[in-house]
Amino acid sequence: MPETTDKTTWIEAGNEADFPEGLGVCIKHNDDQIAVFNYNGEEWYAVQNSCPHEDQMVLSRGLTGEAKGEPKVACPLHKRSFSLRSGEFLGEGEMSCLNTYEVKREGGKVFVKV
Amino acid sequence: MKQQNIIVIGNGMVGCKFCARLAEKDTDKNFKITTFCEEPNPAYDRVHLSEYFSDKTVDDLILQPLAWYEENGIDIHLEDKVVKIDRKKKTVTSEKGVELAYDKLVLATGSVPFVPPVPGIEKKGVFVYRTIEDLDAMMNHAKTATTAAVIGGGLLGLEAAKATQDLGLKSHVVEFADRLMPRQVDEAGGAILKGIIESRGLDVHLNKATTQISGEGAVTGMEFKDGSTLEVDMIVVSAGIRPRDELARDCGLEVGERGGVVVNDQLLTSDPDIYAIGEIALYNNFIYGLVAPGYTMADAVATQIVGGKGDFKGADMSTKLKLIGTDVASFGDIEPQEEHRNLTISDPHTGVYKRLIITQDGEHLIGGILIGDAEAYGNLLQMTLNKIKLPKDPLQLILPATDEAVDLGGGPAALPDTAQICSCENVSKGEICSAVIDGSRSVTAIKDCTKAGTGCGGCVPLLKKVVDWQLTELGEAVNTDLCECFAYTRTELYEVVRVMGITTFDELLGTHGKGEVGCEICKPTVASILASIHNDKVISKEHAKLQDSNDRFLANIQKNGTYSIVPRVPGGEITADRLIVIGEVAKEYDLYVKITGGQRIDLFGAHLNDLPDIWRKLIDAGFESGHAYGKALRTIKSCVGSTWCRFGVQDSVGLAIRLENRYKGIRAPHKIKSACSGCTRECAEAQSKDFGVIATENGYNLFLGGNGGMKPRHADLFATDLDEETITKYIDRYLMYYIKTADRLTRTSVWLEGLEGGIEHLKDVIIDDKLGLCEELDKQMAHLVDTYHCEWKDAIEDPEKLKRFQHFGNSEEKDPNVKMIRERTQVRPA
Repeated sequence: MPETTDKTTWIEAGNEADFPEGLGVCIKHNDDQIAVFNYNGEEWYAVQNSCPHEDQMVLSRGLTGEAKGEPKVACPLHKRSFSLRSGEFLGEGEMSCLNTYEVKREGGKVFVKV
Repeated sequence: MKQQNIIVIGNGMVGCKFCARLAEKDTDKNFKITTFCEEPNPAYDRVHLSEYFSDKTVDDLILQPLAWYEENGIDIHLEDKVVKIDRKKKTVTSEKGVELAYDKLVLATGSVPFVPPVPGIEKKGVFVYRTIEDLDAMMNHAKTATTAAVIGGGLLGLEAAKATQDLGLKSHVVEFADRLMPRQVDEAGGAILKGIIESRGLDVHLNKATTQISGEGAVTGMEFKDGSTLEVDMIVVSAGIRPRDELARDCGLEVGERGGVVVNDQLLTSDPDIYAIGEIALYNNFIYGLVAPGYTMADAVATQIVGGKGDFKGADMSTKLKLIGTDVASFGDIEPQEEHRNLTISDPHTGVYKRLIITQDGEHLIGGILIGDAEAYGNLLQMTLNKIKLPKDPLQLILPATDEAVDLGGGPAALPDTAQICSCENVSKGEICSAVIDGSRSVTAIKDCTKAGTGCGGCVPLLKKVVDWQLTELGEAVNTDLCECFAYTRTELYEVVRVMGITTFDELLGTHGKGEVGCEICKPTVASILASIHNDKVISKEHAKLQDSNDRFLANIQKNGTYSIVPRVPGGEITADRLIVIGEVAKEYDLYVKITGGQRIDLFGAHLNDLPDIWRKLIDAGFESGHAYGKALRTIKSCVGSTWCRFGVQDSVGLAIRLENRYKGIRAPHKIKSACSGCTRECAEAQSKDFGVIATENGYNLFLGGNGGMKPRHADLFATDLDEETITKYIDRYLMYYIKTADRLTRTSVWLEGLEGGIEHLKDVIIDDKLGLCEELDKQMAHLVDTYHCEWKDAIEDPEKLKRFQHFGNSEEKDPNVKMIRERTQVRPA
């Protein structure tokens, strides 16, 4: 069940153990899809699952990595990279930003702020 | 200080560029910019408008998203146009009733297509080609149309004709003059252009004056002055442009006889507070109909407004573009004076036409035209603009490129620092070189910091030459590092992993890399190296995070996020029972079925969640993974050979099956394709494969390094009349040597081309063991063959791995975003 504090809602995304390090997992929240990344065991990020290029729900299946210290995810369809921190498009040309979400871990559970 | 109000009428490419330039220069925020845009979308890229028909969306074409206007404090009034300028009160009034005062006004209203007053031109089905709305209307009409004609055979007309063809219509080009692009090319060039256009399936009609457009309400045909007619149900008019100067006329600004607002060197109109830029500005009695001069004007006015000196001194009209798949470029002055010399080569057979216009003394280039091959455009343009002295025999400048002839004497070194390399963004050689010296050491970095090469992109090859030249000047070696994380080439990393016995990515990154997590380049590359050496399971716990989507889910991701499945069918031989199973699976999961080029069957449209169940059924019927998702052996295609064919001399199917089963699953720098033909008729097309076998009376001939696809290469004959044991040994060594030494994502054809000594070198290594490598290569291959496993069989038996085949981590639902429709009775992405 969603837990509400300070007018923001944290939804439970699952058990920490179900988020393998270095990979993304897509979470369903109502009609939204959120890609949650256990980036390196310490840092966790969450962004919209839809790649703004062609609006397909695939970002959770993209490879993560770092570029000049910036954590990023590369879309599996055409390799467009986005910052996991800011959602910003890291390539050339114009592309919308990703929505980003806060992630926290408590008692072995993972929560995403929506 | 109170902000001054700058109002920009018109938000096209030039108006938008002006907003960007002023916002950039106005660091103290002294100016408030407001812009009016009559279209529903903010400024978009009209130069690449026709791509809207192929793969681009409105969002791709939009130059700056609405958020950008907001971030820069620019007020944009969409779908509203200025209808009145009151020069006395210094205000503008819009159609929606907005009234605003200005300190400076910038007219950037551009132009409209000229529609000749032919009787019937108002009929349904007649379009112009200018805005996204025009294109939408064309697309809508094209659904019920079959034949289209474009009136006007100029640049834009030809582009529009291609667009109607892309919409699936039979297309005609109707031109009043006696040749296409009459303003740019002479008779010979026009004839070659006509040939090229006709070879693309478009019909060209010259010397045609349209006198009547016929049809009841909607267009059904055209009538011409010479009495001939043409049946069409769609017409696109592209007969030139007219400046949109009605606002300027209404408020009494000086306009030219044939339209356009007269401007001076400061781009000021007859009112000192009103500027005009782009296709509406009449400078020296000339309208510049290209985007680059418009950008130069935008920059000049922005500079003046912030208090700088920014005179406009005319602009270069050179341009290079892709027209119906053909390069067309013109540069400098292409209307030669009598005293000028003309140098022309034309080859109707290859569709190449080049013409240089040279000064009487043969010293300098005045201008020229290139059709069919515009490779030399960058160099020739620089020679023209910078008055570089021509070589003794200028013909060599336009002859087909040989290795040396491409460069003008001395390459980028010969260019002065002031030479403009990028005309869209006005970036000089000097600025690029300074940026390289300041630390931008790649073309990408230079694009980021100078914006050079980010407009039309035509200057990128020259830009790269300048960057490389400056790097060499600085004594820098060209960087061959795999990526930011590893200062090694793939070959070096392969040796590190092999010799040091490294088994995981983290171990390699820790001992030889930088950073903590790697990136999307090194992760799959190292995963491939580890698999090529150790042959661990690619989706095991340590390796899964390294794999691209295809390897991670052991299937090929498609455009809508679903996957395709290709079971292995060794040698293309399959039983009726197995075909039935494939059919049953396809039916049960509603998959699209297509026969591949490699004698296999591809099943499309599977949801991630369904992959394990589908594979369980396929494996139960005896199928194995086909590795269509991996950089690995795909298939060994075969003809039926001596078993059935009356010409066959060996059992090509048998050999293909044995070889495919030997090499299946082996990971390589790129995919590997192969074929085996049973006789010299070569029905399996083995000479277009990474390795190919052709049977002879005495055994088999082995061909290496062939390729189809993007860059076809005929395979080299490596050895003849081999027995099966020898040919297998040679292929073993060939594949292992390729895996050991090729760069990432390099096919054998490209690898072999780059290998010093080529096929002879391979003979030295593989047959004569001159490098003493054969023992290592043989051992490595034996290990890979012995440790083969079907990745899908392994996956469906491991509950931990199966957990990953879920679209959601918190629901068993499939991706609800996937929408399919039916076409020819099968599913396809909506």
